[in-house]
Amino acid sequence: MDFINFLIQLLNSVQYGLLLFMLAAGLTLIFGIMGVVNLAHGSFYMLGAYLAWSLAGTLGSFTLAIVVGTALSVGFGLLLEKVLFRHFYHRDHLDQVLLTFGLIYVFEELRSMLWGDDVHGLQVPQALSASIALTDTLSYPVYRLFMSGICLLLALGLYLLISKTRLGMKIRAGAFNHEMTEALGVNIKLIHAVVFALGVGLASIAGMIAAPVSSVYPNMGGQVLIMCFVVVVIGGIGSVRGALIAALLVGLVDTFGKVLLPEVSGMLVYVLMAAVLLYKPEGLFKQ
Amino acid sequence: MSTSFQRRQILTQGAALMGTAASGLLLPQHVLAQSGKIRVGFMLPYTGTFAQLGVAIENGVRMAINEQGGKLGGREVEWFKVDDESEPAKAIENANKLVQRDKVDVLIGTVHSGVQMGIHRVARESGVLNLIPNAGVHIATRAQCAPNVFRTSFTNSQPTMALGEAMVKRGHKKAVWITWKYAAGDEAYEGFKESYTKAGGTIVKELGLPFPNVEFQALLTEIAALKPDAVACFFAGGGAAKFMKDYAAAGLKDKIPLYGSGFLTEGVIDAAGPAAEGVLSTLHYSDSLDTKRNHEFRLAYAKTFKMQPDVYAVQGYDTGLLLVQGANAVKGDLSNKAALYKAMEGATIDSPRGKWTMSKAHNPVQDMYLRQVVGKENKVIGVAAKALSDSGAGCRL
Repeated sequence: MDFINFLIQLLNSVQYGLLLFMLAAGLTLIFGIMGVVNLAHGSFYMLGAYLAWSLAGTLGSFTLAIVVGTALSVGFGLLLEKVLFRHFYHRDHLDQVLLTFGLIYVFEELRSMLWGDDVHGLQVPQALSASIALTDTLSYPVYRLFMSGICLLLALGLYLLISKTRLGMKIRAGAFNHEMTEALGVNIKLIHAVVFALGVGLASIAGMIAAPVSSVYPNMGGQVLIMCFVVVVIGGIGSVRGALIAALLVGLVDTFGKVLLPEVSGMLVYVLMAAVLLYKPEGLFKQ
Repeated sequence: MSTSFQRRQILTQGAALMGTAASGLLLPQHVLAQSGKIRVGFMLPYTGTFAQLGVAIENGVRMAINEQGGKLGGREVEWFKVDDESEPAKAIENANKLVQRDKVDVLIGTVHSGVQMGIHRVARESGVLNLIPNAGVHIATRAQCAPNVFRTSFTNSQPTMALGEAMVKRGHKKAVWITWKYAAGDEAYEGFKESYTKAGGTIVKELGLPFPNVEFQALLTEIAALKPDAVACFFAGGGAAKFMKDYAAAGLKDKIPLYGSGFLTEGVIDAAGPAAEGVLSTLHYSDSLDTKRNHEFRLAYAKTFKMQPDVYAVQGYDTGLLLVQGANAVKGDLSNKAALYKAMEGATIDSPRGKWTMSKAHNPVQDMYLRQVVGKENKVIGVAAKALSDSGAGCRL
């Protein structure tokens, strides 16, 4: 591998890592703050992708589809929290796993009824459809850089929200000591609803911006869910910063593994996870 | 565990009792078989990712039998259905539902190769006639071929067996192969490797990623660095659409032509959009095949089922045609197995894909078409291989 190719693969790693981060951030937030294991997280990614596809068709604009789609998913998240998840915060993890595992099937069936079982494509918006030539054979699609940009922006926004705002302070306090926070007059129920909707929103946005490059197809959430859990576990459950570092690590290992060690590339990421757990059983950044 | 065991015991004992009662009628089996309807069982995916394939196959089978007035060799048909969910873990249980509970004469199924292996075990043990309308897993018509198992579709290496020569003929002598690392991908590679090296081509590198991973970017970068004359691949479904899109977005499409086993462009041309334009593939069928037989089939199918047929509908239809030929030859007496199998082995199927015959190992000997995506359809630009047969290696029929 020459230097140029190494740099391009590095770019691939970072870009894949950032997308993984978007997905894992929501999962780790919901787990870290409410203690809910949400296996249905991948379904929100799928929901986002299908929303982007169907809304872009009806509204005629990808940007508008993302705006409306985000609003719809956040609303959906709030509703789910109120009707279902709220009642599971203090239940056993096994109950939560059963609930969210069942939800995967419910969402798949609903998707099938609403949108059918076809594979759909979504055009990359005109303004972002260009490619930048990197070598004489390879170009890099501008849209992928745009995706990374959005992911970086959201990561920054998330950081500011949690560590610099009053709401973020309440979220952190709630995660730290839920009863005490409530006793101090913080509406913890509202905080939980907001965090849950934020998690759903993040996964859904990831699905929406990934839709033009990944296509939209049944069961697409199942594939990303496992990677998400790997990222969350490596990063330390509940740690957003850990999720970012872990996502980038997974991106690196996955990308270079495919190129340098193709025979074992499928398990390298899990080897990484095992290695991290061996030395840091609670992940790189325990909350 | 123990309760389910007890329940099973009660069930089997109950079944044994019922069996005694039935045989108490003292009618010879032969007469029983003759008088009733022919029992045809579908074991296909009706839910999940492959649901549409299951429906298309069933439609095709029914269409062929309806053309015979809904009868097989003069006898009425009774239908049974089991949804296999493309779930290999339930395959044996599901196949037994049809074979033991419903006592079907014919089991038609299935799509997923893993599930097929379960059906295959049941078929070999029970001796029930099994017609495979899609799954291309090699072993079913190779080392584990069976007199009562017939395939009407393809083996996984059949389309790629036709690919190698077509690529070399078009001047692409150095190629990179890329696929998912799983059974179907490996079997497709086997066909490509054999045909491409035999035609004088060199495989520069074999790339793979775990099924169903769709993060192709690292491998596309690798392809760009290798600069082969062409790329050949095996992908299907959603992953195929994404692969073609990523391939085009990486700027490779206009510089390094993309070839594939035909499933690359089946059912996903709309999803892939302009990225699919110009992609070349080999398959035993194309929607746009310009023959009278195909036009008639497509028109009739669209009229009956209010949807367009695809390659899976054709495979289902051919399964029906094969069954019709066999049943007609024995005048509906499917218990006359020797004569039934002989008729099916010697059958020539006048299919929408073109006429084909059965190989010794019970797999179609068929033409493979070279197709190119032109404006949202797979345009046939020639026959890549005439009367192509799978090796049937290890089959002793």
